[in-house]
Amino acid sequence: MKKELKVPLIKDGTVIDHITPGNAVKVLHILGITKTSSSTVSVVMNVKSKLGKKDIVKIENRELDPTEVNKIALIAPKATINIIRDYELAEKYKVKLPDEILGIVRCSNPTCVSNSKEPVKSRFKVISRDPPRILCYYCEREPEDISERII
Amino acid sequence: MNFKEKDIISIKDFSKKEINYILDFAEKMVPYAKGEKYKKVLNGKVLSTLFFEPSTRTRLSFESAMNRLAGKVIGFSDPTGTSQKKGESLADTIRMADSYSDAIVIRHPQEGAARLAAEFAEVPVLNAGDGAGRHPTQCLLDLFTIKTEKKKIGSNNIVLLGDLKYGRTVHSLAYALALYGANLTFVSPASLKMPKEVINECKDLGVEPVQTSSLEKVIKDADVLYVTRIQKERFPDAEEYNRVIDSYLIDNELLQNAKENLIIMHPLPRVTEIDPEVDKTSHALYFKQAFNGVPVRMALLSLVMGGSL
Repeated sequence: MKKELKVPLIKDGTVIDHITPGNAVKVLHILGITKTSSSTVSVVMNVKSKLGKKDIVKIENRELDPTEVNKIALIAPKATINIIRDYELAEKYKVKLPDEILGIVRCSNPTCVSNSKEPVKSRFKVISRDPPRILCYYCEREPEDISERII
Repeated sequence: MNFKEKDIISIKDFSKKEINYILDFAEKMVPYAKGEKYKKVLNGKVLSTLFFEPSTRTRLSFESAMNRLAGKVIGFSDPTGTSQKKGESLADTIRMADSYSDAIVIRHPQEGAARLAAEFAEVPVLNAGDGAGRHPTQCLLDLFTIKTEKKKIGSNNIVLLGDLKYGRTVHSLAYALALYGANLTFVSPASLKMPKEVINECKDLGVEPVQTSSLEKVIKDADVLYVTRIQKERFPDAEEYNRVIDSYLIDNELLQNAKENLIIMHPLPRVTEIDPEVDKTSHALYFKQAFNGVPVRMALLSLVMGGSL
């Protein structure tokens, strides 16, 4: 791992590896890790690996909860989550899309009721995990370009 | 089978067994829908009919259904007189109707509006058409009409004709007919073809629909011809509408090549697609189909509000 990563190792925290290249910033956005977060966050994009290019995100002093992280599978279905404790890999798992996606993606149908001023969050049913495919709970349409529709 | 408090939002929410149960119950409602029998099935119940878009048949047949069952109807057919014009959300309007009635019927221009209404209402919500989306009670009355006339739904050669892209009834109907294993043919101008996702749904149910733009080629084998209006209001621009408006005309000349027992259905209103001379032939089923909206909606209202015959 030392050789592969072009940023320093972290003592404690979370490393999100194998992110679809170009999507690291969107992953941070989905996870709500913004400027206000107190954690140090490192982002590396277009890293060469055995399986082609990838993005990597490291978040120091924060262990992300699997249910919280799984939603990033929408745009990075092959991502892995590594929990680091005292420089050691304590846990490692692959992201898995939940059955339902709430408030993350905007429906592609302009006349869908979820795009109006009603007091509801966008809501999608997951119909395929890899490649990720989702169906709007309200209008039953399927957006094709999910990564372009992240709220 | 218990339908009490169940929302009727999309035909996809129902199994074939459940649809059969509704159709069988609708059959029992026919003499009550004709006024030949009378029973106070929904006595003391109040139905809200919220029509944010114009409707003739759907609204009148829902109201007739409720009245025939001895229930009362409140509501509006034009939202300009409501608080929606003052900027009230649909959610709040639904909360009001929910507290004033025992069931809500809604037609709305936005897709998914009925599903949203069901989230905010405790009482059952029946979708009477949401934008270019779903129209499950129309779908059920179409199935009821085919079943009543042909004694079965599956194994018929069924042709869906006209605006298959924007027409809200044909999407749900194609899915439901595939559920019953009917042989499907889709006939439309190239710019109004059935959307890919509907075709994929049919394939997932084991039905491979035939697609063509020539009605003449397929009319002779058809058992059911389901005609739809080219809907001006769903077109993004007038030019595209003018290009396709007169694509198909059903007249007696065309029907010379048809089977004797072919039935022609249409969700109505029609404009120019069926010549009035066809009305007098035994093929014309569209007015009976419109009547069938009453027993089917009587069955649904009765089921969701817990009434029994």
